[in-house]
Amino acid sequence: MSVFSRYILRLARKRWRIRAFRKRRDLASVVDRTSLIRPEGILLFSTLRNEKIRLPYFLEYYRDLGVNHFLIVDNDSTDGSREYLEMQPDVSLWTTAHSYKRARFGVDWLNYLQMKYAHGHWALVVDPDEFFVYPFCDTRPLRALTDWLDASSIKSFSAMLLDMYPKGPFDIQPYHEGQDPFEIAPYFDSGNYTISRNQRYGNLWIQGGPRARMFFDDLPERAPALNKIPLVKWDREYAYVSSTHMLLPRGLNLVYDEWGGEKASGCLLHAKFLDTFAVKAEEEMERRQHYANSHEYRAYRAAVSTQPDLWCKWSEKYINWRQLEILGLMSKGNWA
Amino acid sequence: MSVGIVMLCHTALDRAAEVARHWATRGCPVVIHVDKRVKRRPFDGLVRSLADLPNIRFSGRHACEWGTWGIVAATQEASTILLRDFPNVRHVYLASGSCLPLRPVDEMVAYLNERPRTDFIESVTTEDVGWTIGGLDVERFTLRFPFSWRKRRRLFDGYVKLQRRFGFRRRIPAGIIPHLGSQWWCLTRQTLSAILENPDRAEIDRYFRRVWIPDESYFQTMVRQVSANVESRSLTLSKFDFQGKPHIFYDDHLQLLRRSDCFVARKIWPHAGKLYKAFLSDDAGGQAAAEPNPGKIDRLFAKAVERRTKGRPGLYMQSRHPNENWENGRTAAPFSVFEGFSDVFENFETWLSKASGTRVHGHIFAPDRVHFAGGERVYNGSMSDSAAMRDYNPMSFLTNLIWNTRGERQCFQHGPNDNQALNWFMAGDPNAQISVISGAWAIPLFHSNANFSDIRKDAARLQKIEADFLHALRLPWVKARVRIWTLAEFIENPMEPLQTIVDEISPRSMRRLTEAPRLADLAGFGQFLQNLRNQGMQPVLMGDFPTGDGVKPNSSRRGRPYLVK
Repeated sequence: MSVFSRYILRLARKRWRIRAFRKRRDLASVVDRTSLIRPEGILLFSTLRNEKIRLPYFLEYYRDLGVNHFLIVDNDSTDGSREYLEMQPDVSLWTTAHSYKRARFGVDWLNYLQMKYAHGHWALVVDPDEFFVYPFCDTRPLRALTDWLDASSIKSFSAMLLDMYPKGPFDIQPYHEGQDPFEIAPYFDSGNYTISRNQRYGNLWIQGGPRARMFFDDLPERAPALNKIPLVKWDREYAYVSSTHMLLPRGLNLVYDEWGGEKASGCLLHAKFLDTFAVKAEEEMERRQHYANSHEYRAYRAAVSTQPDLWCKWSEKYINWRQLEILGLMSKGNWA
Repeated sequence: MSVGIVMLCHTALDRAAEVARHWATRGCPVVIHVDKRVKRRPFDGLVRSLADLPNIRFSGRHACEWGTWGIVAATQEASTILLRDFPNVRHVYLASGSCLPLRPVDEMVAYLNERPRTDFIESVTTEDVGWTIGGLDVERFTLRFPFSWRKRRRLFDGYVKLQRRFGFRRRIPAGIIPHLGSQWWCLTRQTLSAILENPDRAEIDRYFRRVWIPDESYFQTMVRQVSANVESRSLTLSKFDFQGKPHIFYDDHLQLLRRSDCFVARKIWPHAGKLYKAFLSDDAGGQAAAEPNPGKIDRLFAKAVERRTKGRPGLYMQSRHPNENWENGRTAAPFSVFEGFSDVFENFETWLSKASGTRVHGHIFAPDRVHFAGGERVYNGSMSDSAAMRDYNPMSFLTNLIWNTRGERQCFQHGPNDNQALNWFMAGDPNAQISVISGAWAIPLFHSNANFSDIRKDAARLQKIEADFLHALRLPWVKARVRIWTLAEFIENPMEPLQTIVDEISPRSMRRLTEAPRLADLAGFGQFLQNLRNQGMQPVLMGDFPTGDGVKPNSSRRGRPYLVK
C-alpha cells in the first residue's frame, strides 16, 4: 500500500469523524447514565426504531453475556421503545427524529457516541435483531473473550452475520415479547457464502445465505454484505466506515489470517425473519431510509408477497457455537 | 520439612491473596512480591487482607517489566527472605499470582519430601534448538537490549538487526553455559542458597542484568553449576501458544485440570470462580502419589496452535482467507473432473456413480444452471443452482461444494461450453483428479441438427477453449492428477482408462468393472471431421480419427455391452 493511498484513507477517516462530530447535534439525550460506566466496562451500542417487542430478550441476552452498559440511539420510535429503554438501569438513551439515511444508516450517530464514551473500552455494536455468539460463549462470559483479546494484542473481533429463519412462511408463528427468537427461527444456511477481498479497506466481503439464495439469485452482486466486525477495543481515533462491515484504520479489518491459519471469530445470529418482518419491510419501503435506495427491502417486498419459505432440505438447525465451528462458519483460533 | 512459596504478583491481587492464604494456612510459608507498578492502595489492601497470617512476608518491590531483570531481582530478594525467615523450608516453589494449586498441599509436600535432593527446573542448553517460540535464543545472551520491547518495539528490533549486521557480541563470562527454561521452578534450599550466596554473584548479576528475559535463563543457567540433581521439568503446568504467551485456564477446563494430576497450573483467568472454588477447598480426595500427567492438556493446546497456524484445509471463511499458495490445501477433499466423458458415453454419470459409489454431478459450470447430481435445485450447505450466483464467485462455489460434502467424494463433468474461470485453480490443486478426452465436444455437434456453418463456428470456438485448458494442464506447476487422451486413442480401448480412474476414486473396492457405459453412436463421425476439414476448420484435438466408417468401435453393438475378461 503506497504512502499516498494510506494518506487518502487517513483523510477519509478524519472526514468520517468530523461528520460524526457534526451529527452529534441530531441527538437529544433522553437519559444519560454514562457516569455509571466503569473503566473496564464492556459497552454495547445500538440504533433502533420501533423494536419494543424485541428489546426485553435483547437486553437480557447481552446482560447475561456480561455487557455492562447499553448506549442506544432511538430513531423516533412510536411503539414505546423509548419509554421502555428509559426505565432500564443500565441504558443511556438518545433520541433523534433526523434522517437515518443522512446519518449514513446510523453510523455517524454511533461513531460520535463511541468517540465520546467508548475510548479505551471494548465496544460491541449490534442491531436489536443481532445476537453475538463467540467461541465458548456457553461457558465463558464476554469478559473472558475481551481479556483474552487484550492479552493477545488483538483489537478487533469479527462475527459474520448469520441469517436465521423459520421453516415455512415468516408469520407461521408469532413472536412474543421476551421470547428467544431462535425458538421460532432456528434454521440457517451452512455453506453457501462467497468471499472476496476489498483491496481498498483490506476487509473481506462476504455475501450469501438465504437472502442471496432466495431474493438475489439473479443479481448476486446486490446481495447484502454479511461480514461484520462488531467487537472493537475502541479508540477515539477509530471510525466505522459502513455499518459495522469495515473500519478505519484499515488494520482493524484484518480479522482474518492470510497464511493458512484461522483467527478466532464469532457469529451474529440474525433474527430478522420473524412475523414482524413483513410489517417492517413495508414500513421501511415507505420511509425509504435504507441502504442502496432500499433495494434490499424492495426485493423483499416483492418476494414477501408470495409467502416465501427460506427453509430447504439442506438447512441446518442451530444447536450451539460448536456446531458453527465444525461447519466452518466461525473459529476458535488459538483460544482453547 | 515444608515447602516455601515465592509468589510474584502484578494483577488480580484478590485472587493472589486467596491462593496465598490457601498455602499459608496449610503450613507453607509464603513470601509475596508485588510489582512496583501496582498502586499503593491495592497493595495495602493485600497486605491488610493477609495480616492475620504469621507465615506470610512481603518482599521489597521491584518494577517487573516483561523481559527485564526486575523479575529476577524480585525472585532473589523474596527467596532470600524465605530462606532466612523460615529455616524449616527445604524446597522453594516459585509461583505467580495467577497460579493455582490443583492438588492438596499435603500431596505436594509429600511428593517433594520423597525427593529431598531434587531440583525441579526446566533447563535446556541453547544449543538444543527449539525451546523458545520464535524470536531469540542464544542471542539473548550475546546481544544488548537497551530498548523496551513493549514500548519501543521498532527500536528494539532495529538494534537487534544492527548488532547482527555488524557482529557485536557480548562476552559470556567464563563458566556460564547458557541454559533456558520455564521460569517457574522448585529448588532445594541447598541449591537456591548456593546460587544466592555465590561469591561471584555481583559479577554474574551484572552480566544477566543485560540479558534478554533473564527470568527464563538466570536460575536455569546457574542451577547447572551448583546442583547435582536437576530434574529438567517444571512442576507448574504452563502452556504457551504460538506467540509465546501463556494459555489461560477457564471454568470449563475444570475436569481437564483435575485429571492432569499436576501440582500447580498457570495461568488461571482471575474471574474463573469455579476453578478457584473447586481447587482451593479441602476435599482431599486425590489419588495418592500420582505422577503429573498433562498429556491431555498438551494435546488440547497443541491442537489450538495448529488451528491458528495451519487451519482446516480447504476452508475459506471470515477469519481464514489464505493468500494464493498459502492455502494448506486449496480444497477440502479429493474430487474428480471429467471432460468429454459424458459426450463419449450416453449414460456416463449414472454408470460412474454406480461403479465408484460416489456423488456424480453433471456440468456444474454449465451456462444455464448448476447441474447438481440428481437434478437437485439446492445442494449441501444450501447451495443454489443459480448460474449467476456461481459465476459471481466461482472459486467460492467450488471450494464451498467440496467443503460442504467432505467425507463424500465429488465427481463432476466439465467441458469447453462451461465457465472456464477455475481451470487454473483446479490445475494447481493436488486434490483434483482431472481426466480429459480431448475433442469429445465434437460428438454433440455431430449429433446436433444445426446448420453446418454454425457447427463449424462452434467447433472452432470449442477447440480453442479446450486447447487453452489442455495447455494449462501441461504446465510444469500443475499439481492436479491429470490424464489426457485424444478421442481416437480413447475410443480404441475405453475400458482400461476407465478402470484406472475408478480404481483411483475408490481404491478399496478392488473389483473389475463388469459393466461398461454405453458408447455414443459414432457411425459417420470420421466423415463429419473430414467435412469440418474440408470447410477449412482443422480439428486437431481428436487425434487421428480415421475417415469413413473404417473404425466402428463397439458402436455397431448397441444396447448393453458387457466386458468379458
